[in-house]
Amino acid sequence: MIQYILRRCLYALPLLMGVNILTFVLFFIVNSPEDMARMQLGQKHVTTAAIQNWKQQHGYDLPLLWNDTQDSAKKLTETIFYQKSVGLFLLDFGVSDSGRDMSTDIKQRMWPSLALALPSLILGLTVNICVALMMVLFRNTYLELGSMVLCVMLMSISSLFYIIGGQFYIGKLLKLVPISGYASGVDAFKFMVLPVIIGVVSGIGSGARWYRTLFLEEAEKDYVRTARAKGLSETQVLFKHVLKNAMIPILTGVVVVLPLLFMGSLIMESFFSIPGLGSYTIDAINSQDFAIVRAMVFLGSLLYVVGLLLTDISYTLVDPRVRLV
Amino acid sequence: MTLFMMSSILSMPIKRLRVLLLLVALLTACDLTPLNNPHPPEDSAGSVLYSSFSERPKHLDPAVAYSSNEYTFIGQIYEPPLQYHYLKRPYELIPLTTTKMPSVVYRDNKGNPLPDNATTADIAFTDYILDIKPGIQFQPHPALAKDANGAYLYHHLSAAQLDELLTITDFKSTGSRELTAEDYVYQIKRLANPKIQSPIAGVMQPYIVGFDALAKQLTAAPQTDLKTVNMSGVKALSRYQYQITINGKYPQFRFWLAMQFFAPMPWEADVFYAQPGLKAKNISLDWFPIGTGPYRLTENNPNRQMVLLKNPLFHGETYPDSGTPEDKASGLLNDAGKALPFIDKVVYTLEKETIPYWNKFLQGYYDASGIASDSFDQAIQFAGNGQAQLTPAMQAQGMRLQTEVQTSSFYMGFNMLDNVVGGNSEAARKLRQALSIAIDYEEYIAIFTNGRGISAQGVLPPGIYGNQTGQAGMNPYVYDWVNNAYQRKSLSVAKQLMTEAGYANGIDPATHESLILYFDSTSVSTEDRPMLNWYRKQFEKLGIKLVIRATDYNRFQQKMRDGNAQIFVWGWNADYPDPENFFFLLYGPNGKVKSAGENAANYHNPEFDRLFEQMRNMDDGEARMHLIQQLQEQVRQDAPWIFGFHPKSFALFHSWYHNSNANLMANNRLKYLRIDTAERDAKRQAWNHPNFWPLLVGLVLLVLLVIPAIIAYRRRAAATLQEVQQRS
Repeated sequence: MIQYILRRCLYALPLLMGVNILTFVLFFIVNSPEDMARMQLGQKHVTTAAIQNWKQQHGYDLPLLWNDTQDSAKKLTETIFYQKSVGLFLLDFGVSDSGRDMSTDIKQRMWPSLALALPSLILGLTVNICVALMMVLFRNTYLELGSMVLCVMLMSISSLFYIIGGQFYIGKLLKLVPISGYASGVDAFKFMVLPVIIGVVSGIGSGARWYRTLFLEEAEKDYVRTARAKGLSETQVLFKHVLKNAMIPILTGVVVVLPLLFMGSLIMESFFSIPGLGSYTIDAINSQDFAIVRAMVFLGSLLYVVGLLLTDISYTLVDPRVRLV
Repeated sequence: MTLFMMSSILSMPIKRLRVLLLLVALLTACDLTPLNNPHPPEDSAGSVLYSSFSERPKHLDPAVAYSSNEYTFIGQIYEPPLQYHYLKRPYELIPLTTTKMPSVVYRDNKGNPLPDNATTADIAFTDYILDIKPGIQFQPHPALAKDANGAYLYHHLSAAQLDELLTITDFKSTGSRELTAEDYVYQIKRLANPKIQSPIAGVMQPYIVGFDALAKQLTAAPQTDLKTVNMSGVKALSRYQYQITINGKYPQFRFWLAMQFFAPMPWEADVFYAQPGLKAKNISLDWFPIGTGPYRLTENNPNRQMVLLKNPLFHGETYPDSGTPEDKASGLLNDAGKALPFIDKVVYTLEKETIPYWNKFLQGYYDASGIASDSFDQAIQFAGNGQAQLTPAMQAQGMRLQTEVQTSSFYMGFNMLDNVVGGNSEAARKLRQALSIAIDYEEYIAIFTNGRGISAQGVLPPGIYGNQTGQAGMNPYVYDWVNNAYQRKSLSVAKQLMTEAGYANGIDPATHESLILYFDSTSVSTEDRPMLNWYRKQFEKLGIKLVIRATDYNRFQQKMRDGNAQIFVWGWNADYPDPENFFFLLYGPNGKVKSAGENAANYHNPEFDRLFEQMRNMDDGEARMHLIQQLQEQVRQDAPWIFGFHPKSFALFHSWYHNSNANLMANNRLKYLRIDTAERDAKRQAWNHPNFWPLLVGLVLLVLLVIPAIIAYRRRAAATLQEVQQRS
């Protein structure tokens, strides 16, 4: 397995390099270093000298990908791309174009993102599985039909509606929790209740339907029939056998998103004023802060690669037949 | 029902009954209101103001900060030598840290003093001599902390010390010292330092003597200690007096002295923050200011919250005892003579979306709010006379509305270098005048800004010296004076002008088809489509086909710099209340294409330039007013801009929020505000009782839904079992 992990890590290197190049090219197609300087320096009284000065101080006075004025290896290394990319592979994100240390910002913003995403994931998973199992349990009854209709309705509603509706009803009309905000430590609880509920409810439609499909497929297999023939009750069959055997596809979906939980949710964090990583990238794009954009895209790619690797490893844990070679 | 409940309770086992009683006791003992309070309960005791920010400020260094969201903070922390009187209108400069207004001495090119009435041509230099008040202290700050021997504690931090630090509040000791004239001199030298990149370096460079020379010296030797170098035009004359010498005469310089760029900076701050380990922890002057003002920044988490606390060493100031006649009636002089500031703590929370902010404002958790278009109809209604007023719901909550026309102008500009709409030819001028009539900005204001604005009659917005009201302030090329009001000229006048310009019925004689004009716009979203369609329709009134060239902001800027845009929309917000700050936007040498200046229209009229050069250095008075009107007339006639509108701000305040005055020039308004915390607490309690019953109803419904299902499941299971048994 170690060999497999090492090989996957090596595969990840060109992948990350490719993502980095793509980010770089796309960013600089839209923004030039001059545009970035103007954005950072403000709109009033920006002189050409000030722009040159900013570029020089932030290392954007070099050519983008190839430096003809240098010799040998320096043609490649004395470029914006090289200077801004090498640190990423050492997980040294450096300083943003607005002058803040990004590692510190990421560390600070990561926890609020997790505080929202982790309970949402766990609760959402539990609720979705329970609802799906209930639908399977009551299959071919009015309850399953009603649940399916409800799920389709829930899926059809925009996530923004859940957020605004939830804030309006629970926060504004019922006045049970703050409409938005955040606090560190235990005090975060009262701020997290509403976004977590909204996160869970908005995910029930698609989640429960997906798990129901998995469970139904499993429920039709021979070993389930055998279990029933042995005289096990339907609940015992579902919870002890079907659920256990449906774990592989569930894990596939869950483990891969685990590392990405750090990256946060843009809309939720924005509407609930949660100071997470969700809005960090969007803010950076709006302010043309290339340093943050490349760091966040790189981090996202890295976490995705890690997520896929963890998924593979988790297969071996839930299914002894799977071997990683 | 009651009997059933009673019998249920009575039949309950003793243990369960005890638990139930305990729960009831706990619930009644707990103060459940308000559960939705986003602020810590302990804050209720003090005078705390709650506000928000939607975008983190980029800079808090007074040499660099220039945006309104940055001034929200540094305006309360740093103190330039002068400030605007909070209440008086027109805007009046008064001393802030100085004992009196600066002494102004004119000198000829040999350095000899000149009389006050010397002509601009004779004045080679102007000295501004400023006397600061003794005894002013900097806020407590680790950069100023010293040990028993007088050595700075934190100017040479060790690796071990750095490891223990997370934020600036982790320093165990703080110190302070008296503000001296050298601190003001030091800050002006910082403005010249290319490494600091002050946005006004380019503006000050031609004025302040020695500014350019110092900038060059520092470019050549970036590591130079600013404390040890001199700027020939800026020097401390004594511990409490300093002098700034500027080239020629520049009366507007006094307004710059009321901006935070000229606030004092102790040299210790630069030495302290230059330590590399601090930068890596985001501890820098850009994030943790060090000033003498009424507040100090104690928490700066731009990802979540920023907190200002009252500066314990503030030198003291009192609330103004004079203002306009209306101020007394509106209660703005009730606190006259009282010590400032009134508020102990200000909490700014990151709020990116307007809807949650608005709802929290309605619940009393924010003290003041602007009005987003989403909530406009909920808050504002217009009376029969067109006057904006609060809706009954807002009035019931005791809110107050404050409106003020901003010292800003939004205009549609023509690129005067363009072959069709530009140039000084009579035909092009008439085309521009015709378009000025056709584009109905009164309609624009009504449709797209909810009536929040007034149509512009010229370059100058209200509140700026030289702006005139009534018939005298009317643009006669676009409006008529009818029934004591402006009335836009009829479309027939515009069509006649089009004919005279050679475009009868909008037909271009070169192509014999509709004249095509190009509008470069950064409005690219679907939400902007109605506005762009509206512009198209305005041009269609004259038979002109308008082609919208939507582009992103960077490309738009590039087009403007290259002179490739034909028609565009632009705006300007006053730096200071002087007409020079608006007319310079049309001054020929400031052309965007020619010299990358602020004259986006690239307007160049020698007569206008001559009048402008004459006007800008004059002191206010009849002669200057006359010149300003000449400039207005020239621009109205040439019409390089279609004077769009001056926006009107609408702000809502709760009844406990006092002393708010729309002073558009002052950045330090926070110290004048007062909060009635007792009233706020009472209203918050009254407005925020939680409602539990819908939850209980939901729970009951869920149970009612599930029970029949369970019964049905059991029945089916039993039936299946029975069937199996029968078969076997």
